[in-house]
Amino acid sequence: MKKGMSLLLVLALALSLLTSVAMAEEGKVLNIWCWNDEFQSRFNAYYPGVAEIAEDKTTTTLTDGTVVKWTINPNENNNYQNKLDEALLAQETAAADDKIDIFLIEADYALKYVDSPYTLDVKADIGLTDEQLAGQYKYTQDIASIDGVLKGVTWQATPGLFAYRRSIAKDVLGTDDPVAVQEALADWDKFDAVAEQAAAKGYKMLSGYDDSYRTFSNNVSAPWVDGTSVKVDANIMKWVEQTKNYTDKGYNNKSSLWSDVWAKDQGPDGKVFGFFYSTWGINFTLMGNSLADPNAAAEVGNGIFGDYAVCEGPQPYYWGGTWICAATGTDNVATIKDVMEKLTVDPAIAKQITVDTQDYTNCVAAMDELANSDFQSAFLGGQNHIALFAKAAPMIDMSNISAYDQGCNENFQAAFKDYFDGVVDIDTAKANFETAIMEKYPELTEVIWP
Amino acid sequence: MQAPANKKKSRVSYAKWGYIFIAPFFVTFLIFQLIPLGQTIYYSFFEYYRSGLKIIGPKFVGLANYAKLFQADLLSYFSNTMIMWLIGFIPQIIVSLLLAVWFTDNRLKLRFQPFFKTVIYMPNLIMASAFSMLFFALFSDNGPVNSALVNAGIFGEPFRFLSNVWGTRGLVGLMNFLMWFGNTTILLMAAVMGIDLSLFEAAEIDGCTPSQTFWQITMPLIRPILIYVLITSLIGGLQMFDVPQVLTNGKGSPNRCATTMVMYLNNHLYSKNFGMAGAVSVIMFIVCAILCVVVTKTLDKDDRKV
Repeated sequence: MKKGMSLLLVLALALSLLTSVAMAEEGKVLNIWCWNDEFQSRFNAYYPGVAEIAEDKTTTTLTDGTVVKWTINPNENNNYQNKLDEALLAQETAAADDKIDIFLIEADYALKYVDSPYTLDVKADIGLTDEQLAGQYKYTQDIASIDGVLKGVTWQATPGLFAYRRSIAKDVLGTDDPVAVQEALADWDKFDAVAEQAAAKGYKMLSGYDDSYRTFSNNVSAPWVDGTSVKVDANIMKWVEQTKNYTDKGYNNKSSLWSDVWAKDQGPDGKVFGFFYSTWGINFTLMGNSLADPNAAAEVGNGIFGDYAVCEGPQPYYWGGTWICAATGTDNVATIKDVMEKLTVDPAIAKQITVDTQDYTNCVAAMDELANSDFQSAFLGGQNHIALFAKAAPMIDMSNISAYDQGCNENFQAAFKDYFDGVVDIDTAKANFETAIMEKYPELTEVIWP
Repeated sequence: MQAPANKKKSRVSYAKWGYIFIAPFFVTFLIFQLIPLGQTIYYSFFEYYRSGLKIIGPKFVGLANYAKLFQADLLSYFSNTMIMWLIGFIPQIIVSLLLAVWFTDNRLKLRFQPFFKTVIYMPNLIMASAFSMLFFALFSDNGPVNSALVNAGIFGEPFRFLSNVWGTRGLVGLMNFLMWFGNTTILLMAAVMGIDLSLFEAAEIDGCTPSQTFWQITMPLIRPILIYVLITSLIGGLQMFDVPQVLTNGKGSPNRCATTMVMYLNNHLYSKNFGMAGAVSVIMFIVCAILCVVVTKTLDKDDRKV
């Protein structure tokens, strides 16, 4: 008994020594890589350990003295991925304070990093438990798992909806009630019919070519790439057909995603019926674009704040989503664990983020609570859009994602833009896509068309 | 016994200082130019790229990269480059010649010359990418140029410059023209001012019209500089990159009609395909080398004639 006690004591001592060594080794710099300031603003606003934010926002100091260094590289044209790859390949030789500790990944290329030795196991290496993770949406974990090992967690779920202008819906359909509008847009045939009505009144149904893209590309039957061949899904060709039709009939404004025409169409001078947007798009992008004066307060009276409402649209889909990954070689495991716990697991913080920013967070219980409450979004004219998201989120199926999605989606949209513009015929557009995708991913050998 | 040693010492060779002074250039040249050049040629015979985070190769594949290049649209990228260069170069040489002759004409005596010279050189001081961004904004679908054209009633609806093959190529040409005609004007002015004034006076006394003076005296005598301008512009044109890259957001759209040779090279480099990128570089190197030989030969011939 005595012997057992002393053994235990020794063990406990040794353990505490070990942990204190581990604590002492915790790095003083936390390097976070991302592609825009979305996570940065969430982190600065909602992570309880934040003590001070630098004026230029390049660093955030935590209460324990750790300095968070933000590295932000734009996403387009695989730019973020390329920069990140360089840094990860040099991770082993980098000095401890230069090593990447956390990097963010997007759904379109999540698999590339999840299926690599550069990400740590969230449960085994970082220490989050199954009980903690049980409250998240299942799909958000499926997408970041490989062979049952979870490699990343997210604070948001990204079901997509159709955001429409209330004033235009009233003019075209005679109502702006989300239920009635949804009734009118319930499938693609009805959607086309409304597009025709809208066009007759001088409105555009969609802003541009890529707006409805995700509703088609998310409902495909197989991933983009199989082995070394790109397989274009029949559903994506349906998008081509629909968009060409809309363009020829003048149902869209010929814009491209993220272009200035597209952004302007969402603002006070826009004549566009609606936009397909997922959670982050509504509170982050659409609201920003809807304001007449982006520097003034976001409230009714500034631009068309309050003139949007959301409905499910013709087809369920999702768009985007950002996952937090811990990089192999990090010296800040304890801090990363705390960040992941606070931002992606803590129900109180999740609820607060949604209440404040209207983003849809990754906590089933908190979201269901808000969905069933009298929560109102002022931006959406008092609608409780969380209820719609909560209905759509469990339907998300990300089983058809591949590591090539960003390149395939961007190049496909770019190649067919020429076709919609009437610059090339459909066969040339196809050939241009083949050239571009094989340039971007040299390992791909062929493109199979449906 | 010691005297000869002293004598030897006094005959210090200073030659080594010469080598030491020129060494920095050769060392930098070796490290930053010659070795990378050799590596580029070496890797052009290899399959060597990045697949996700995995590095594939390098595996020797002989001339496979070159074969692939010629099967691909390399020629169309070459012709894109040449077409956009010509769109810029033809107006550039005409306007520059005209300005050079006017500025140097003793009878015209243009006023405010320094002002004009500064102004026409100005666009060259702006970074090409910034200039390109400016044009991207100016000529966008709802940009100021379009609103001006629509308001003036010239177009019924905005003209989508960047969705049109000749709109895009035209803009690239226009930008290259604006950026380089000032530079060319100054070069040609130097050439014209190098001509003996008595020749112009003699021509005037003999009753030459201005156009006769231009074609019979000015043109033949500035020929070497004209050829120099042509060749430097051609080599610069072959390496055209930043203007179309920024203007088309790296896509070379529409229908890849604005994809130049270097943009094509950049596409491969961007996906870390060092083998293919090496092969494109080697081909560009050969084309430029041929052009350089052509210049030297032409200038030599010229010298012998004189």
